[in-house]
Amino acid sequence: MKHSLTVDHLFMFFGRRKALEDVSFSLSTGDSLAILGPNGSGKTTLLRILAGLIEPSRGTITFLSGDKPLDRADVRRRLSYIGPELALYDALTAAENLRFFATMRGIAIDDGLIGRILEMVGIGGRGNDYYSAYSSGMKQRLKYAVALLNDPVFLLLDEPSTNLDKDGKMVVSGIVARQKENGILIIATNEKEEYGFAEQQYRIGG
Amino acid sequence: MPSNSTGLADRSLAVLRKDVLCEFRTRYAINAILLFGITTLTVVSFSVGQKNLPPEVYAALYWVIIFFSAMSGLAHVFVREEESKTSTILKLTADATPVYLGKLGYNLLLLILLQIAIAPLFLTLTDAVLTDPALFIILLILGTVGLAGATTIIAAIISKASVKGALFAVLSFPILLPLLIGLISATTKAFSESGGGLGGASSELQLLVSYGVVMITASIMLFEYVWEG
Amino acid sequence: MILKALLFIVMTWTIIAAFVFPAPQQAIGDASRIFYFHIPQAWVAVLAYVVSMAASIRYLRKRQPVDDDRARVSAALGLLFSVLATVTGSVFAKVTWQSFWNWDPRQTSILILLLIYGAYFALRSAVSGYQRRARLAAVYAVFAFLAVPFLVFVIPRVLPSLHPSDSIIDSSGRFTMSGMTAMVFGCSLAAFTGLFVWMYTLRLRICGLERTGFEE
Repeated sequence: MKHSLTVDHLFMFFGRRKALEDVSFSLSTGDSLAILGPNGSGKTTLLRILAGLIEPSRGTITFLSGDKPLDRADVRRRLSYIGPELALYDALTAAENLRFFATMRGIAIDDGLIGRILEMVGIGGRGNDYYSAYSSGMKQRLKYAVALLNDPVFLLLDEPSTNLDKDGKMVVSGIVARQKENGILIIATNEKEEYGFAEQQYRIGG
Repeated sequence: MPSNSTGLADRSLAVLRKDVLCEFRTRYAINAILLFGITTLTVVSFSVGQKNLPPEVYAALYWVIIFFSAMSGLAHVFVREEESKTSTILKLTADATPVYLGKLGYNLLLLILLQIAIAPLFLTLTDAVLTDPALFIILLILGTVGLAGATTIIAAIISKASVKGALFAVLSFPILLPLLIGLISATTKAFSESGGGLGGASSELQLLVSYGVVMITASIMLFEYVWEG
Repeated sequence: MILKALLFIVMTWTIIAAFVFPAPQQAIGDASRIFYFHIPQAWVAVLAYVVSMAASIRYLRKRQPVDDDRARVSAALGLLFSVLATVTGSVFAKVTWQSFWNWDPRQTSILILLLIYGAYFALRSAVSGYQRRARLAAVYAVFAFLAVPFLVFVIPRVLPSLHPSDSIIDSSGRFTMSGMTAMVFGCSLAAFTGLFVWMYTLRLRICGLERTGFEE
């Protein structure tokens, strides 16, 4: 099933400040896009708009499954977003966090599957530690685990390698490669070594 | 495509369970609400405890204690999500209705615990005479449902405000006034000699039941607009 | 222009007539003249709420900024008129029953309306971000409205009322005002409603102009 995402003349104003000006692009299954620009240029804002967290001031975003337009709820089921401002529940363990988000996404999950997912992102065996006890690198890995629960068609990554060591970055490379095969990937980054994650680039700001 | 193998009930319970677990491990809201209730009750008991006042005064005092305790703790369930920045991921993964139902359940539990603590103490520490225990217990339940039903969505609204302060109480009070009037009027009957039992309070009971139903139904319908965007 | 002049004439006439013609309720005497002002003000306060709520519902469905303007402007006028209604009501209460406030259900419901309006604006000023502010305020306006029927219809069955209940319609439903009184009252109602409509349209136009300037 081929999916697509079209952004049409997107503007974002915060009061009088113009955060995004006339952004347009179109992507379909197999495409990957890196949004580049200096700090404060609106990369995170653009990603948050695409993720459905903010309403744009002007412009439209269309998500399609084949030819059928998807409504917000449909998009939510097929989309995942990771960003540095995201946080999981401090008072829950990693496994409890995973189980909770899987249930909320409508996915039945058991301990075996939880274990495997944690292995996949390199924190196997640490499922019973509280999220608050995790290092920042481990937290980032768990965010990936949560993001992959619904096998997203649309994967949005804001600064994908934040806090990650060499092993962590390899995990991300693997995730990125798989996503490019089967879905649509959009990343926002400043890091030159992350530019290579995506085939296309879109520059905003400076 | 992930299967939709968890239904509304599962998801609502998951939210409730998550909030109860987090609360149990941090004990933030329950401490605040109990502390407030017991402190206020102590002050009340100290100043008017042995004075043998008319039943309407005791009825009013009881619900004043509960109301203010509720104001100090019922917003926590949403405000905590915003402050710890977990609201983003919750919004990305969860639909509106199970979130509302789970958090409504949490507020109901909080209020029930509060009343279990306060009601017996209130009856012991003041000279209020409980002539109609059955009516009183029904009122405690209906009061819990009404309070939680009307204020949970308000809690969601103010959690997105940048200046929270007294906003929760300011927004909740006008909406709660009919509930409080009904509760106090009926509780007066539960404390007085000539209450007339459940039949005597029938108009208040109708009010309280319909209030709870209306507020919760409206909240479920409106919550999506608070949650999205 | 003509409508404004007409409004001016009707309002002036009403004010004069309210004091010159015989008092509407002889039993209470001159104090009952406040009835020509108090009831239309309360009526406008409720009308303003209905308009505000309708605009809020429309905003939630269509998300057009103009609906948020309508909700806000109407609420501001509603606040003004509910203050007026509460004050005139209290004055009447003092003169007739010797106390400014006694928790009569009707008094309470106009007070609730006042508190809801106040809360509405408190909420608006506490939320940043234009769209979020409009959306949350709209939800509150709709939700808060639900408390009002409980006060208006249900509470009077629970608590006794001091309000004169036969000023307009008596217990058998017949219109009880004499011809003269009815006419002055009708004019006052029309005048206050006209005042609301005029102020509403004017403020809405200002908002529209501000908005166009903003989008440049």
